Amino acid sequence: MNSLIIHNGFPLLSFLIFFPLGAAFVLFFYGGEKFARYWALTVTTIEAAVSLLLLRGFDPATVKFQFAEVHPWIPRFHINYILGVDGISILLVLLSTLIMPFCVLASWRSVKTRMTQFMFCLLILQVAMVGLFVALDFVLFWVFWEFMLIPMYLLIAVWGGPRKEYASIKFFIYTLAGSVFLLVAIIALYLKNGSFFIPDMMWQPYSTPFQLWVFLAFFLAFAIKVPMFPFHTWLPAAHVEAPTAGSVILASVLLKMGTYGMLRFCLPITPAATLMLAPYILWLSIAGIIYGGFTALAQHDMKKLVAYSSVGHMGFVTLGIFILNSKGVEGAILQMINHGVTTGALFLCVGMIYERTHSRELRLATGVGKFMPWYVTFLAFFALSSFAFPGTNSFIGEFLILAGVFKENIPLALAAIPGAVLAAAYMLRMLQKIIWGGVDNPDQSYLSDLNFREIITLAPFLVFVFWIGLSPQPFLDLIHTSVLHLLEQLHGMNGAHVAAALLK
Amino acid sequence: MTILPELALVLAALSFFGLSLTRHLDTAQMRNAAVFFGVLVFVATVITLGRSAVLFDGCLQVDRFSQFFKLMISSGLFFVLAGSQKMNGIARRIRPEYYMFLFLSCLGLMLLVSATELITLFVALELSSFSLYLMVPMRDEQTAGREQMEAGIKYILFGVLATGFMLYGMSYIFGLTGTTYLEDIALGLQKTASRSAAFFAVVMVLAGFFYKLALFPMHFWVPDVYEGAANETTTFVATVPKLAAVALLIRFVLLVPADAHVLVTLMMVLALCSMFYGNLIALVQTDIKRMLGYSGIAHAGFILFGLLTMKSGGYAMAMYYITGYVFMNIACYTVLCHVSEQGENLSIGDLAGLHKREPFLAFLLALGLFALAGIPPMVGFTGEFMLLAGVLKEGPQFLIPVILAAINAGIAIYYYLSVIKSAYTTDADDRTAVGINPLTRISGTALIVIIILMGIFPSRIISYAEAAVKSIM
Repeated sequence: MNSLIIHNGFPLLSFLIFFPLGAAFVLFFYGGEKFARYWALTVTTIEAAVSLLLLRGFDPATVKFQFAEVHPWIPRFHINYILGVDGISILLVLLSTLIMPFCVLASWRSVKTRMTQFMFCLLILQVAMVGLFVALDFVLFWVFWEFMLIPMYLLIAVWGGPRKEYASIKFFIYTLAGSVFLLVAIIALYLKNGSFFIPDMMWQPYSTPFQLWVFLAFFLAFAIKVPMFPFHTWLPAAHVEAPTAGSVILASVLLKMGTYGMLRFCLPITPAATLMLAPYILWLSIAGIIYGGFTALAQHDMKKLVAYSSVGHMGFVTLGIFILNSKGVEGAILQMINHGVTTGALFLCVGMIYERTHSRELRLATGVGKFMPWYVTFLAFFALSSFAFPGTNSFIGEFLILAGVFKENIPLALAAIPGAVLAAAYMLRMLQKIIWGGVDNPDQSYLSDLNFREIITLAPFLVFVFWIGLSPQPFLDLIHTSVLHLLEQLHGMNGAHVAAALLK
Repeated sequence: MTILPELALVLAALSFFGLSLTRHLDTAQMRNAAVFFGVLVFVATVITLGRSAVLFDGCLQVDRFSQFFKLMISSGLFFVLAGSQKMNGIARRIRPEYYMFLFLSCLGLMLLVSATELITLFVALELSSFSLYLMVPMRDEQTAGREQMEAGIKYILFGVLATGFMLYGMSYIFGLTGTTYLEDIALGLQKTASRSAAFFAVVMVLAGFFYKLALFPMHFWVPDVYEGAANETTTFVATVPKLAAVALLIRFVLLVPADAHVLVTLMMVLALCSMFYGNLIALVQTDIKRMLGYSGIAHAGFILFGLLTMKSGGYAMAMYYITGYVFMNIACYTVLCHVSEQGENLSIGDLAGLHKREPFLAFLLALGLFALAGIPPMVGFTGEFMLLAGVLKEGPQFLIPVILAAINAGIAIYYYLSVIKSAYTTDADDRTAVGINPLTRISGTALIVIIILMGIFPSRIISYAEAAVKSIM
């Protein structure tokens, strides 16, 4: 337990978990649609504001878990209720709280039916997202990991598009089936360690075969969530059918759970297996980058285009993680945030055009620039950010990742370059069509430009695009110490491992 | 006064016998009377909870172990009665008899979990079984044609067959040990020269209870009986008797010497077969009762996982799991009983638009099914997780079975989800709203709370169960 800095006083993390839960239950008793909207907006805004308090008390110089809370839960199995944040998770916690008010705003008019239940699902989802990133007990983590499927499933299945049933069931089953082995791995780790406390599981001298099996179980669950090529097939379906808010949450937060899992579990718990299998995963990431790029280039459906671009971007993230040097991992964490900001915003943009034209077909949305100048301005910046234009947030992330890769393995880095070029190709193609189109544009004169609510929704995303893009240092400072510690331990562990093998 | 709950049940059965002799039957009054007796039995159980006694020359032994099960049986009975308020699957003129048999069956189960002597045990088992055999064909013919007759005959034939196995096993036990008291049998079996004969005898007896629990390969009756019986009857058949089956399985597994590897392997194989068989066949069902029946076969496999550890912790886990299972299932069946307008069987499509027709029932159903599917933080997850952890703790040789069981949890989600999908995502079309009375709302809310709280705070109930098991070990 000495890896924790126990937080005395107001239990901030517990509040972040249980406040939306309590607020959701209020909706059982006051079910008015209008009330539900304002209530959800208020709750998520308070949640976001409170989560900012984390920044104030966060000490970026320590590698320990901060704001920690420890309570016994099921003593019989040594399961405890342990929460805490460190440099790896803090930005993700903030991302998942800050993005929610805008998801509520984006659903203000676009959700036509069962508004109360929709907001209920959003609030419950908030509980699971925050809980997952701050849980330091593996059972607690698992509870949030699985529970999150229910509200997300309902978001897609109830408020989704025409193929919602197929997409939602595929999403649920794919994710659940992938994590079946994770459960067994968790139990196996428990039997080795005698508790479910995650930091105690890290850096233990497990045998290499054991590490390999555990790693594979972890990897399957997390790679499906990310999703890495070739486990990505649920993603386009789910994204396309999900309502706008669902897509935003899916892209911004849920996908990060996979990469977060890799950083939090794969690297520290199974370091030897990580080093052994990293080369394969790196090439799998390259495959994802290239594949995502090419498929995105061929899409006619805007949402699908953004969805496939996610596969490519998340390929960069896994590339950064498994290159296993500080630039790569820091870039990967930053890129997780960037992807959350940029892709979330792009999904919001697609949702806004869909509300007006009732179609996501690129062909039917051509040439709107003349009638929606505000809209295309936002869209242009987000698209630029998406293909890592210098000055925007993704540039920093991708640059760091590529710099990290170049340091280790030049052929690998060269292989990733076409992905970056492809990103520019598909994003510029989309931009060109939406803003100007051709001579055969459909009549768009009926379109109204963004209203105040929509501008409020998009503006903060733009702020972050430039903030991270022009001044990334404050963000990197938060994660730097934790990442360095992680990598030192990892390589130190490996050195010891090799030494032990040589001595034998 | 230790057997106050049993006396209350006798009183209830006799009252309904009296009612069945009269001509003028008021359905509402009868329903209320049944719920009243249900509450009475529950209260009687709670009052006598702390007591223990040895009765009738040691044939009945009310101890912590049987008190645990009596508490669960009586609360199960209450929820069954509260959840099947419409009773539209049973013809009005035979409802007094129906209630009478229901209470008698419960009486049999309560005696069964306290029985510590083979003959008593057998009589109690038959009392509960024969009541059930009669309840199954009591379905109103207008709603089901004649399939309830087929179900009834299947139930009784398979049941008698299973009883035959059990009696055969008991005769072996008697032959080997010369006694019918479980306590002496345990000692006798330790000393007996013929290990294989003892093993054979115990397995034969276990087979009889496997039948009650609907474990592969003694599961044949399940789908047809569940489908043929009225919804209200299925609610009972699918839930409460399984509690007693687990209690008796524990009592008999305790008779075997702890190092019985063959028995462990046998139970392991049966458990896995049960899971795969139940889950794979449930995937293609369209009738919800059949689907829940097959899912019950799969869950029986999970329960066996707790027994095969042969440790008090494992037994306690099995007790926890079956308790949770009963509550989850009653929650689902309560919904079915209400949605079914004339007492007819429901297909998955019939639940369409339930979220609009009665949001409370839709929520209850979704919660029950997600819990059965093992999604945290509900009781189904906690039970499953701790069972798997408990088995894996026994040694690395259980790794493969645990992985196979975990895969089963993945398979099962599909069919549960398809029901939830129907209830939540499709539109009602022209289906009518579903009525629900306050009592059902209260009992449903109680079920929701129990399912969630048992899942989040399992410690107390497990230590209670473990203390109960230790008291008879």
